[in-house]
Amino acid sequence: MYEGLRAYGLITAMWIRSTMAYRASFVMTTLGNFAATGLDFVAIMLMFSRIDSLGGYRLPEVAFLYGLSATAFGFADLVLGSMDRLGRRVRDGTLDTLLVRPAPVLAQVAADRFGLRRLGRIVQGVLVLGYAVASLDLAWTPSKVLMVLLALLSGAAIFCAVFVAGAAFQFVAQDASEVQNSFTYGGQTLLQYPPTVFAKELVRGVTFVLPLAFVNWLPALYVLGRPYPLDLPAWLAFAPPLVAAACCALAMLAWRAGLRSYRSTGS
Amino acid sequence: MEGGYVDGGVVDGDCPDGDFIRLEGVEKVFEVRTRTGLLRRERRRVRAVDSISFTVARGEMVGYIGPNGAGKSTTIKMLTGILTPSGGRLRVAGIDPSRERTRLAQRIGVVFGQRTTLWWDLPLIDSYRLMHRMYRIPDRRYRENLDRCVELLELESLLDVPVRQLSLGQRMRGDIVAALLHDPQVLYLDEPTIGLDVVSKARVRDFLRELNAERGTTVLLTTHDLQDIEQLCSRVMVIDRGRLMYDGPLAGLHEVGDSERTLVVDLEREMPPIEAPPARVVRVEGPRQWLAFPASESAAPLVAHIAATCPLVDLSVREPDIEAVIARMLHRLEGAADPAPEGAVS
Repeated sequence: MYEGLRAYGLITAMWIRSTMAYRASFVMTTLGNFAATGLDFVAIMLMFSRIDSLGGYRLPEVAFLYGLSATAFGFADLVLGSMDRLGRRVRDGTLDTLLVRPAPVLAQVAADRFGLRRLGRIVQGVLVLGYAVASLDLAWTPSKVLMVLLALLSGAAIFCAVFVAGAAFQFVAQDASEVQNSFTYGGQTLLQYPPTVFAKELVRGVTFVLPLAFVNWLPALYVLGRPYPLDLPAWLAFAPPLVAAACCALAMLAWRAGLRSYRSTGS
Repeated sequence: MEGGYVDGGVVDGDCPDGDFIRLEGVEKVFEVRTRTGLLRRERRRVRAVDSISFTVARGEMVGYIGPNGAGKSTTIKMLTGILTPSGGRLRVAGIDPSRERTRLAQRIGVVFGQRTTLWWDLPLIDSYRLMHRMYRIPDRRYRENLDRCVELLELESLLDVPVRQLSLGQRMRGDIVAALLHDPQVLYLDEPTIGLDVVSKARVRDFLRELNAERGTTVLLTTHDLQDIEQLCSRVMVIDRGRLMYDGPLAGLHEVGDSERTLVVDLEREMPPIEAPPARVVRVEGPRQWLAFPASESAAPLVAHIAATCPLVDLSVREPDIEAVIARMLHRLEGAADPAPEGAVS
């Protein structure tokens, strides 16, 4: 674990130094990243210029959902966004070069081409979240504040687990990076909207199968004092840290299995 | 850090120098799925490495050669811990590569001729700085090694150039430096001179020879260029279809393969074919004649004989093409005992 974090730190530091050598380019790409990801929220705002509520939710509430999921996802994307290149590395054999270095392969893959420009996504998520918190008419209690922080941390961890599990799948199917993207970027987009606009089956799927609902839906509904989807019990709003831990553990197992199969088949 | 590694020169006590690298009946079986119909698939087991045993002493330089797909790269991958063997026992510097991959990584250097271990988009020096930290190379050692390698391989002017802008020869030299910064005890080279021009090849070979002589680094190299072997390795191993077919000095390979050297003789004028057994004339072109003689024989008495009997202007000796030698050797050995091919199992 320590070795992995150390290697991750060393490699990302190298990429950040190299990024900072071209400051103007860094600023431009970060702004680009900010604008491209922020368009999602612009679309939501445009929608609300025509309607007052979406699935029973007003704009600040949707912004709250959006901000939580975008910020959590932004962290995961910053830290592990390079993982979707694993399939290519497996195909062209460059993964072998990582296996002869004295550092965990996961850390090396994750840190490869670390893109600091992805901060743009986090910034827009935080801004939207800030707007939501400012415009929501809520009685903030300590447990609600704690819930927001818990949601961000656990949400980032759940998305990280999805990134790692997706990469592990690419050991078996090297062209699966698009499948992975549909779960990560696609899942993130899904969470920007309230659960009430989706079909029950889909909500069930992202609650019990791929537990994305724990990223923001359940914590946000607790904070907003809204009824839960699928008549879930109230205490589930506090489950995200446990769900995140379980997801991370499963993702690690999947990663190990993937790497083991690579090392026994070489393809 | 997992312990054990103190300095490049220190070996664990449980590994005698005589068998620094040791393989006992090592096997690697791949399962290959081929589509034979719309839904039908056939699984075949392919034995890429079939019960190979050998030992390499510390400081040896060994050539590992064979036709394409013979199992050379698979062996190297098992020796570096990339692949897990399907069977047998394997130790490098007393370490089981597949179990202790990262610990082994501190002691080995690997150069893949076909792909780089350097960071493609960054200047060469960035990769080296990262190696410095990642391998925990003491500062002084790092600077000494870097200065020495960079000087010998003439890379000074290229340190700030992004790797992707380097020529193949420059990149290869850059990769060799990267593999040596942490004072590895073993250096694996997979096709280190592939695609290089004559000058780059010579430079790489000189460097490897010096490294081996000065540091006593054990070197195992696979190659298609048999000059690499001739100039670097006292010992060759030939592998074919996953089996070790020959292990010994290069000269012995000539004997097994019945290979011949060629003496090219330029005479003052056209003459009938020279009589000089055991050599025989294989070609005559004006005043120039080609004589073939067994590679195991010395050329000296033959040259003396010709000089005494013919008006000699010039002569040269051509070494046999070793690809041909290997092909001949494999052909002969296979005639003796043809290994049964693996059949389909499903």
